[in-house]
Amino acid sequence: MNGSTARGRRTGPPGRYAGVEVALAELRPGAEATVVRVESAASPAIARRLADLGFTPGTRVRVERRAPLRDPVLYRLRDYVVCLRRAQAACVRVIGVGA
Amino acid sequence: MTGGCHGGGVAAPAPPDTVRVALLGSPNAGKTSVFNALTGLTAKTGNYPGVTVARYVGTCRHGDARYTIEDLPGLYSLAPISPDEQVAVDVLDGRRDGSARPDALLVVVDATTLRRSLGLLAQVLTRGLPTCVVLTFTDELARGQGHLDVAALATALGVPVVPVLGHRGHGVAALRDRLAGWREWPVPVVPPPVEPVERDAWVESVLDFAGYRAPQPHRVTQRIDAVLLHPLWGTIVFLAVMTVFFQTIFTLATPLQDAVESLFALLGRLVDRHVDNPWLAGFLGDALIGGVGGVLVFVPQIALLFLLLALLEGVGYLPRAAFLMDRVMARVGLEGRAFVALLSSFACAIPGIMATRTLPSARDRLATMLAAPLMTCSARLPVYVLLISLLVDPSTRWGPFGAQGLVMLGMYLLGAVSAMLAAWFFQRVVHRRGSAMPFYLELPPYRLPSARSVLVAMWDAAKSFLRKCSTIILVTTAALWLLLNLPRHSGAELRAAGVDAGNSAAVSAYVVDHSYAAGLGRLVEPVFTPLGFDWRVSVGVLSAQSARETFVATLGQVAAAEDPEHPTRALRHLTYPDGPHAGQPVLTPPTVVALLVWFAYALQCMATVGAIRRETGTWKWPLVAFGCLTGLAWVLAFLARQLTTLVLS
Repeated sequence: MNGSTARGRRTGPPGRYAGVEVALAELRPGAEATVVRVESAASPAIARRLADLGFTPGTRVRVERRAPLRDPVLYRLRDYVVCLRRAQAACVRVIGVGA
Repeated sequence: MTGGCHGGGVAAPAPPDTVRVALLGSPNAGKTSVFNALTGLTAKTGNYPGVTVARYVGTCRHGDARYTIEDLPGLYSLAPISPDEQVAVDVLDGRRDGSARPDALLVVVDATTLRRSLGLLAQVLTRGLPTCVVLTFTDELARGQGHLDVAALATALGVPVVPVLGHRGHGVAALRDRLAGWREWPVPVVPPPVEPVERDAWVESVLDFAGYRAPQPHRVTQRIDAVLLHPLWGTIVFLAVMTVFFQTIFTLATPLQDAVESLFALLGRLVDRHVDNPWLAGFLGDALIGGVGGVLVFVPQIALLFLLLALLEGVGYLPRAAFLMDRVMARVGLEGRAFVALLSSFACAIPGIMATRTLPSARDRLATMLAAPLMTCSARLPVYVLLISLLVDPSTRWGPFGAQGLVMLGMYLLGAVSAMLAAWFFQRVVHRRGSAMPFYLELPPYRLPSARSVLVAMWDAAKSFLRKCSTIILVTTAALWLLLNLPRHSGAELRAAGVDAGNSAAVSAYVVDHSYAAGLGRLVEPVFTPLGFDWRVSVGVLSAQSARETFVATLGQVAAAEDPEHPTRALRHLTYPDGPHAGQPVLTPPTVVALLVWFAYALQCMATVGAIRRETGTWKWPLVAFGCLTGLAWVLAFLARQLTTLVLS
């Protein structure tokens, strides 16, 4: 997988967030990042579920692709693929990994 | 989607002397195929009391010992957020219907996603029950150049591990042997940590010890997804899949339906020839063969629908469809998984309502449940076929398409659009409170489902339809036949009314006109007069309250009384026998249009009302749905009739 699906829309290289802490929802297809924490202020239940889906500190996440209307987005982590809506991906803080 | 239609019964709790084993695992871990392999076809489907979460209980034999295996709904965590997960956790903790905790646990774990799945296992192990790990998809692990030392994994976890390939039957015998020694299963000395970061460290150390190397991402899946999830091609393929889906149901089923029809025609002729008693012949011919047979004709279509759904699910397309549709569903306040529930509702609203149990948000569940009865279910199909054949000449064509088919397509669109609007109305206007729940959905690799698993899923669904035919529809048609043929009239009575006793058509017309059903129909007729329904149509509409298909059987019986040789022609020429409209046809185009609209909106299926009651746990929502939809049906049918009259005049 080379992230070519979003070629037309991408404005910067996938690694442009390297070393910067952002929300997972900010990343573009092809980007990789490491989870720093999951914001639990909004909803502890959602934070718990995201952790049980594997979004725990130190976990490597790769943005696979977006749905046709740009939401939800597919993520690959822990050897499986899961999609999240933007609202949930916004709760996951990550540090970008250079491509 | 695994839920059967109308599976109302509650599976009996296990007898006290058998060992109760719960089968646990995350969705897509291959739990169902392990369950089927262990229990064969002994599984009984029911519901957990109070909710429509399907309960699967089967028996596994090993020598003289019998084990009751309970397939719990899939879950990602023991902190439940959906009713599905709540049930699984309640069973695990012995908080469901008074039964104790299970004696032993089988935890199904997908070998290709151990890095995620062991998190759930860690939570389960803290419960301290005898536990055995069932490792699935080890073939896919090997194919993807992954590696795992199963014996070392068992050592590291401290519990037995048995690799099983359920669909091929590999490892099932070993699992049965293992089950027999459940009392001797080792238990981990120290339960795994619960805190996420420590748990991750535990998972990594276990995987390290077992020499685990995850498989490469599935190449074929990635290539297919590059097309199927592509913004443009994916949308085109999605529309094509939906088109093929409905085309198959309508075209492929036709020859099978013709076969069923000719079988019942043959039975009818046999009854005519060999049964002398006119009452018995009438009951067998009109009520049983005519009524129930008229509905059984739709079994091939319904079986095909369920087959296609089972195939789409088995291959892994349904979660992709949910992914593609999520944004569209969000417009009406729903989520992608609700699309799958609504798609199932094309077969029957009840599996659709049961499919809502995977939705974590109570608000979404209610909205989807209230929308599901508006989708064109298979019970409406016979009614639409009959009404459309009365409305549109079969030879009429609009462009390259038959007009009948286009009207049918229109009815399906009407149902789908109305369902979306109902969900939107509910989410935006009625029920604005309630917190937002997360939307997450796993996309498993594409897999070729085994023919057996697809057939089992299809049979489950078809069986429920057959059960419904053999109970509700049979009872209703039999009761109707009695209502239409009682009271009996003596020869003197007939002569006094000026009916020629030798003319059987005239006699049966007289009997029906003076039957109890006629009395009942005339009683409710004023309600339906503005819609153009006479007492006979009203009786049909009333009988359809038990199950929509009964309408066809009822009108069939009425028409057969008028002209036994040509029931369809009799229906078309059905006229008012008396009253201000005497002699005028009943089923005029405006009235047929009103009937179509009535059937599109009215919540007639009592089984659906019951399912909403079970799922919501109160009578409030089924009554709200019933009242709103039936009221809406009346108003819209009235408007449709006025509009059609205007257009045609």
